Amino acid sequence: MRPLLAFLFLAFILTGLSQNAEGQCKGFARRICKLDLESFIHDGNYHAAILTEGEEAELYKTFYADQDYRIAICGSDVLPIIEFRILDNQRNVLYNNRDDDYRGVWDFRLESSQQLMISLKVHNTDNPGQERASGCVAILFGFSER
Amino acid sequence: MNFKFTSYCLSAGIKLLLIFLILAGCAGDGQRRERKADFTIDISDDLFEDLVRVKQIFYSLPSPLETAMILKSSGAGYNEDLLNPVGNVTRYMTNRSMALNLGIYTTDLSYASLFDQTQTCMDYMDAAKRLADNLGIIDAVDSYTLERLEANLNNREVIMDIVSETFMNSSSFLQENNREPLAAMLLVGGWVEGLYLALNLIDIDDFENNPLAKRIIDMKLSFEIVMLLLESNSQNDDVADLMVEMGSIQDVFDKIEIKSTPIEVSKSPDDQVTVLRSQTVTNIDSTILRELKSIVAAIRNSFIS
Repeated sequence: MRPLLAFLFLAFILTGLSQNAEGQCKGFARRICKLDLESFIHDGNYHAAILTEGEEAELYKTFYADQDYRIAICGSDVLPIIEFRILDNQRNVLYNNRDDDYRGVWDFRLESSQQLMISLKVHNTDNPGQERASGCVAILFGFSER
Repeated sequence: MNFKFTSYCLSAGIKLLLIFLILAGCAGDGQRRERKADFTIDISDDLFEDLVRVKQIFYSLPSPLETAMILKSSGAGYNEDLLNPVGNVTRYMTNRSMALNLGIYTTDLSYASLFDQTQTCMDYMDAAKRLADNLGIIDAVDSYTLERLEANLNNREVIMDIVSETFMNSSSFLQENNREPLAAMLLVGGWVEGLYLALNLIDIDDFENNPLAKRIIDMKLSFEIVMLLLESNSQNDDVADLMVEMGSIQDVFDKIEIKSTPIEVSKSPDDQVTVLRSQTVTNIDSTILRELKSIVAAIRNSFIS
């Protein structure tokens, strides 16, 4: 009985910690990342997760013709560089922020609507023996009236 | 669909399981370590890199605000009769109907706000608040939001910011409290409402030169993401039922062909913004549009009634 209680207690604590951490991501996305959208209107969608060094994320979204878009990707200060790429549905790379000094925002528009993929990776700090850092990463989209 | 989502999800699951097994094997005391020496697994560096590189996958649908913006920028007009009446709010008692109609009301709210319908905005914000409260979403629309809305009824920019915040509060609350199926239904409700509005705002007998027709065709692209989002939550019975219901839209979208030339990346000469250039050819006729309109109306009617 005691191991069961201990397990339930641990599960409860871990669930609480996890939800608290995720909740901090929401605050992080709202207070920090949203500022990167500047004059673009945030679409209201929320995509954020806690990622660890070396981890990757992918996002699939349809972007519409004749709209101006901004993609803003940002991570907690504890995380190293975040590299992101924009790919078409044939997996051709259309943009890589590595070619742009790992900038966290990218502005673009499309001549015709397309389904695109955003692929991001949190780099490794290459510090052997050190624990991998984890932190919030958020992907936000803004658009503007044309 | 060109992306291999299903196989990817499966391989991600296997990777997770492998990582768990490796970690479980690593975690232990000295005695365990001794036993471990009898049983070793050779893992190449590449495979290990692949194992630790667990991917998070997001499916993003056009938000209610983006949908409303697309309608407006395509030249659509405003027709209040198309909105789901706020009086219906008392009908929604189940989590499924509340989530779907929270999405629907948020799209209606966004649509009204872009056309400066201030009183309608207030009414739909109230309806959205009621459903969010009933779903247990804390502070989706708090008293400060309502006061800010009332104080800025003539400031469209602020209203759009409030709508965007409200939607983010609801969807993030559901996602972060392990209620992803409801977050998915919220998004799908909003998506269906956007398609319903578009199909009812276009003159099907004279659609050839109407930009709104192109946006309706484009909904086929986001429909693929709708189904992937639902599939990723299909362990939930309500979502599984919804997938079946939404499948009838698939049959019509399958009749629409979209052919795109490869995307070329260039800079706009006027403002130096990156432009993704490609040409798209589609086939659609009034029969397909009518069929789509009828099916979407039936689905939307089942959501709101």
